Amino acid sequence: MVFEGLASKLQDTLDKLKSKGRLTEKDVDTAMREVKMALLEADVNFRVVKDFIKKVKERAIGQDVMGSLTPAQQVIKIVNEELTELMGKEESKINFASSPPTVIMMCGLQGAGKTTTSGKLGGLFKKKGKRPLLVACDVYRPAAIKQLEVVGEKLDIPVFSMGDKVDPVNIAKAGVEHGKKNGNDLIIIDTAGRLHIDDELMDELGNIKSEVQPQEILLVVDSMTGQDAVSVAETFDEKLDVNGVVLTKLDGDARGGAALSIKAVTGKPIKFIGMGEKLDQLEVFYPERMSSRILGMGDVLSLIEKA
Amino acid sequence: LKTRRGITEKIDGVLKSYRKIDEELFEDLEEVLIMADIGVDTSLKIIENVKDKVRERKITEVDDIKGLIKEEMKSILKGGENSKLDFSKSPSIVLVVGVNGAGKTTTIGKLSSRLKNEGKKVLIAAGDTFRAAAIEQLQEWSNRSGVDIIAHSEGADPAAVIFDGIQSAKAKGIDVLICDTAGRLHNKVNLMNELNKIFRIVEREFPEAKKEVLLVVDATTGQNAVQQAKVFKEACDITGIVLTKLDGTAKGGVVLAVQSEINVPVKLVGVGEKLEDLQDFDPDEFVDAIFEG
Ligand SMILES: Nc1nc2c(ncn2[C@@H]2O[C@H](COP(=O)(O)OP(=O)(O)OP(=O)(O)O)[C@@H](O)[C@H]2O)c(=O)[nH]1
Ligand SMILES: Nc1nc2c(ncn2[C@@H]2O[C@H](COP(=O)(O)OP(=O)(O)OP(=O)(O)O)[C@@H](O)[C@H]2O)c(=O)[nH]1
Ligand SMILES: [Mg+2]
Ligand SMILES: [Mg+2]
Repeated sequence: MVFEGLASKLQDTLDKLKSKGRLTEKDVDTAMREVKMALLEADVNFRVVKDFIKKVKERAIGQDVMGSLTPAQQVIKIVNEELTELMGKEESKINFASSPPTVIMMCGLQGAGKTTTSGKLGGLFKKKGKRPLLVACDVYRPAAIKQLEVVGEKLDIPVFSMGDKVDPVNIAKAGVEHGKKNGNDLIIIDTAGRLHIDDELMDELGNIKSEVQPQEILLVVDSMTGQDAVSVAETFDEKLDVNGVVLTKLDGDARGGAALSIKAVTGKPIKFIGMGEKLDQLEVFYPERMSSRILGMGDVLSLIEKA
Repeated sequence: LKTRRGITEKIDGVLKSYRKIDEELFEDLEEVLIMADIGVDTSLKIIENVKDKVRERKITEVDDIKGLIKEEMKSILKGGENSKLDFSKSPSIVLVVGVNGAGKTTTIGKLSSRLKNEGKKVLIAAGDTFRAAAIEQLQEWSNRSGVDIIAHSEGADPAAVIFDGIQSAKAKGIDVLICDTAGRLHNKVNLMNELNKIFRIVEREFPEAKKEVLLVVDATTGQNAVQQAKVFKEACDITGIVLTKLDGTAKGGVVLAVQSEINVPVKLVGVGEKLEDLQDFDPDEFVDAIFEG
C-alpha cells in the first residue's frame, strides 16, 4: 500500500519528544499535524478534519500513556477510537416495510454505481428469499434501461421499464403498482445520475419520493470522491432525507475519506460497500474497518487492540 | 439554474482577515487549496513557491498573494509539452482509458461528433465488452454523432475488437479511430495487463497512426487520481487527461497534483452530458474558475 506512512511518522515525531507517562500538549500538537495530513491525503473533508483534530486534542492532552504502548501508539489509539465513534458503531440494516412491498430508491451523481448497486441489492435479498423487482427510471443516459435489463437477466430478477419517453415519476409509480400486482416484496428503483446542483433533476427525485414513499433512499457515492463529497451528500440529504449511503468501488486503493466526511456532515450511516463490478460484490459496511483504511495502518491498529 | 461557488470568497475572506503577510496567512491559504482537491503536497509546493516570490519581489500587499497563487497554478498546468490534442495527422488513433464510471464512453461520443464536424472521417470501436450494455451505449452515441462503429458482442475479447477497428480504419481510410475500453481500477493487475495488451496491439498493428492515449478522470475524484495516472501511464503510456463532470461543484484540483507529479497534461474537459459538452482545456480559464466559480 502507498500509505503506511502515518504510523511510522508519528512514531518518529513523538519519539523525539520523549514524553514520559503522560501526553503533553506539545506531544499531541505534533502528532495531530501528522494525523491531519494523513486524513487530508485520504480525502477527508478539510472542515471535518479540523473538527476532528480539535476533538481528539481535547481528549488526548493529559491522558496517561498505557504501559504497553508508546506515546505514538497511544495517540493512534485515541484517534482510532474517535474515528470509529464518528463512523458509527454498528453496521446498519435496510428498513423493511411492515407490510410489503419495501421500496428502495437509489440516487447519486453520474457514474457512482447506482445501476450496478441496484442489481447487487436485488441479488443479495433474492438470496435471502425476497422477490425483488428492478424499476428502470433512468430515461436520460444512453442504454441505461438496457443496462438494468442485462443486470436483471444475469440475476434472474424481473425489470420493469416503460422506455425512455415516459416521465420517471410515472415509471416509478407504475413500477410499484406492477410489483404489488405481481407479488414482488422488494422494489428497487434505479434513477439517472444527476448533479446535486441540478434543481430540475433534484426536484424529479423529490417527486418520485413523494409518489412512491420509499422505505429506504440510498445515496450511492464513489469511494474515490474528494473534498466535494460533503456538499454532494449534504444537498442530496437536504432534498431527500436519505436513509443511508452505499460506498462503491472500495475494491480500489482509494482511502475513502469521503465515508468519514459524509457521515460527519449528514449523520447518515454507510450501509453497504461495493467491492467489485460483479453482481455479488456487495458487502455490509463495518465502520471500524473503514477507520483503519482511512488512516492507512491496519497492522498498527491490530497491534494496539491487543495491548 | 445551476449555482456555482468558487473559493474566491474563501480566499478573499482569508485575505481580508489579515493586515500583513505572515505564516498564519499562508497556512490558511494552503487550506483553501486543499479544499479544491489540489492535495497536501502540491498545495504546500504552491505555497512555498509563492512565499519565495513574496520574498524575492518584496511583496507586502496581502491582495497580491491571490495573483501569485494563480500564477503558480497556471505555471504548473502549462508546464508540460504537447498539451494540445492534434489530429492534423491522418490516420490518428485515440485510446480512451480510465476507472469505472469516469465518463469514457460519453467523452468518445462527444469527441467523435466534434471531429466529424471538423470534416474528419471518424470510426469508433466498442472495446468495452464487459460492462452490461456498454456496447449499446456506445452504439447510441455513434447514432447521435453519425459516425461508424465497430462492435463485437458482450464477452468478446476486447483486443480483438480493437484489432478489427484498426483493420477497418485502414481499409476505409479513416482519419481518426477512437477506441472505448472497459472501466478498470488501476490496482487490478489482470485488467491492467489486458489494457497493456490492447495498447501493444495498437502499436503493432497501427504504427503509422499518431497515437493519443487519454485517461478520463472524474472531476469529483480526490487524491486517488494521482495513483490512477501513475499506474495507467505504466500500462499504456497515457498522453493526456480528460477531466469530466466539471459542470458540477467539484473543481478537479487534483489535476494539478497529477500534472506536477506525473507530468501528464489535461487536454479536454467535459462539462455536461450532451454531445456538445466537450471543451479544450484552458489552464487560465481552469484556474480562474477555481477562484471565481
Ligand atoms: N470496481 C468496481 N466497479 C464498480 C462498482 N460499482 C459499480 N462499478 C462500475 O462503475 C461503473 C458505473 O456503474 P453504474 O452502475 O453504471 O453507475 P450509475 O451510477 O448507474 O451511472 P449513471 O447511471 O451513468 O449515473 C460501471 O463500470 C460499474 O461496473 C464497485 O463496487 N467496484
Ligand atoms: N454532468 C456530467 N456528466 C457526465 C460527464 N461525462 C460523463 N457524464 C456522465 O457520467 C456517467 C458515466 O459516463 P460513462 O461515459 O458511461 O462513463 P465510463 O467511463 O464509460 O463508464 P464505464 O464504462 O462504466 O467505466 C454517465 O451518466 C454520463 O452521462 C460530464 O462531463 N458531465
Ligand atoms: Mg445508472
Ligand atoms: Mg464506458
